[in-house]
Amino acid sequence: MRVSRLERVGTYLVLAVFTLSALFPVLSIVATALRPEVVGQGGWRPENLATAWTVGHFGGYLRNSAIVSVSVVLVSAVLSVLAGYALGTMRFRGRGVLFALLLLGIMVPSEALVVPLYFDLRDLGLTNTYLSLVLPQVAQSVAFGAFWMRAFFLASARELVEAARMDGAGHLRTLWSVLLPLARPAVITLVVLVFLWTWNEFMLALVMATDEGLRTAPLGLRFFAGRATTSVPVLAAGSVLVALPVVLLYLVLQRHFIRGMLDGAIKG
Amino acid sequence: MAAGEQRGARRRRPAGPPGEPRRVGYLYLLPALVVHALFLLFPLARGAWISLFDWDGLTLGRWVGWENYRALVADAGLRAAFGHVAVLLVFFSVLPIAVGLVLATALHRTRVRGLAFFRTALFLPQVVAMVVVGVAWRNIYAPNGSLNRALRSVGLDSWATSWLGDADTALVAVGFVGTWVQTGLAVVLFLGGIGRIPHESFEAARLDGAGVVWEFRAVVLPALRAEIGIAATLTTIAALRTFDLVYVMTPLGGPGRSTTVPAYEIYHRAFHSGQVGSAAALGVALTALTFLITMGIARITREERAR
Repeated sequence: MRVSRLERVGTYLVLAVFTLSALFPVLSIVATALRPEVVGQGGWRPENLATAWTVGHFGGYLRNSAIVSVSVVLVSAVLSVLAGYALGTMRFRGRGVLFALLLLGIMVPSEALVVPLYFDLRDLGLTNTYLSLVLPQVAQSVAFGAFWMRAFFLASARELVEAARMDGAGHLRTLWSVLLPLARPAVITLVVLVFLWTWNEFMLALVMATDEGLRTAPLGLRFFAGRATTSVPVLAAGSVLVALPVVLLYLVLQRHFIRGMLDGAIKG
Repeated sequence: MAAGEQRGARRRRPAGPPGEPRRVGYLYLLPALVVHALFLLFPLARGAWISLFDWDGLTLGRWVGWENYRALVADAGLRAAFGHVAVLLVFFSVLPIAVGLVLATALHRTRVRGLAFFRTALFLPQVVAMVVVGVAWRNIYAPNGSLNRALRSVGLDSWATSWLGDADTALVAVGFVGTWVQTGLAVVLFLGGIGRIPHESFEAARLDGAGVVWEFRAVVLPALRAEIGIAATLTTIAALRTFDLVYVMTPLGGPGRSTTVPAYEIYHRAFHSGQVGSAAALGVALTALTFLITMGIARITREERAR
């Protein structure tokens, strides 16, 4: 397409403005995290990160987040693959209804679930446990995961599945050695998305984990930020620590993030 | 026995390929369904049940039927909360879609170099935890933050204010953060959509002597119906569910409760003011609203496309 020189320059200018505005808050918090306590003292203070890790307890918060996120990712990936496999390649009575029930979970906002969940889990003595953070998030992730994997299995070559069956492969064998190797990109996208959601989840953690020792990273950051005595650079350093795992993963697996967040919605 | 069953099944559905597993499908589905039923469907139903009681979360609840829902409609504070969502909607949804359309069109016309980099940067706000986003923007909006410093440096001292501490500006300040977060989503979504428009459509428009604006209206806009629908759905639901951002940026619902939103009201009622039934009713209302919006936007875009 041929466009005038003026339009070309204008486009780059507008693009530069928007890119800078997208990056500015991120870069400015990184800069704050590395600056000395008093503005204008000069020099970089990477030790702020260490201070946040130990004094700000972010080491513990990040560990909790890692435990919760990895558990949710592993369990929901396995359950989603199994469910998606059944929904995408097998025919059985009630398949449509069961799929619709799972789909329902994608649309229910967690804000609405948190209240009944809290009171029921409290009665079971499960609040303030990792389980109370993991299981509700598995339930929500599996709704999307089953839908996502079903779409993959539906699209993957039918002939392949049938050929495997003709060769005498059982259903488990077909899944494990024929379909799963092909499904790797879809599974990676699912894993990346569930990790993103779980790591960043806030309200559920706020309600379920009243114990300081169980706080996840975003929750820990919120409480650290709420203290009046908090040092601005250390708070920024804590923010960097909380955001870093997901941002690093995003930079490496960017395509999976974008595809998952957009295609996932498109197919819905 | 099992073989007999299978034979029977095959006779009923002759099209079924040989050896296709059937009943075992339930087994594969079972674990996911159990977790989903226990931790999503059951709480959903429980929430609806609780919403029919006057309950403080500790003592025995009292059956009140629809009373909680009637109170929701009559509650002026809650109407304000939904009013705030309406304002947020402009910032979370309308602005990002408008900016996204213009930016994506411009980027497509001028085959920009380094598009991958721009896309990575613009989409970045989508993956940063909202709490971190809140902290970052709190610094920017602080009385001595970069926004006020920038205003003072260009001589607009009188514009400098405590953005989040002032009841007049707090909601808009929070809303603008929503624009910052959602614009990248819209741009990336629309870029993908424009990329799928066949080249001939643009050529044809140009042969007809179409200018930029006409080309946008006649070619780009109709082709992006689906993407606009998706962007509208995702951003509207994000606005409706806003919690982390207001909770971190403006504690306790903001100055003069000027930034309180439905999700915050749910949290506050259930866990701080002992109105669990009312919170549950609000949760049900929020769920219903989410469903309606999702379906509504899906239907509009589908109809427009069919036309």
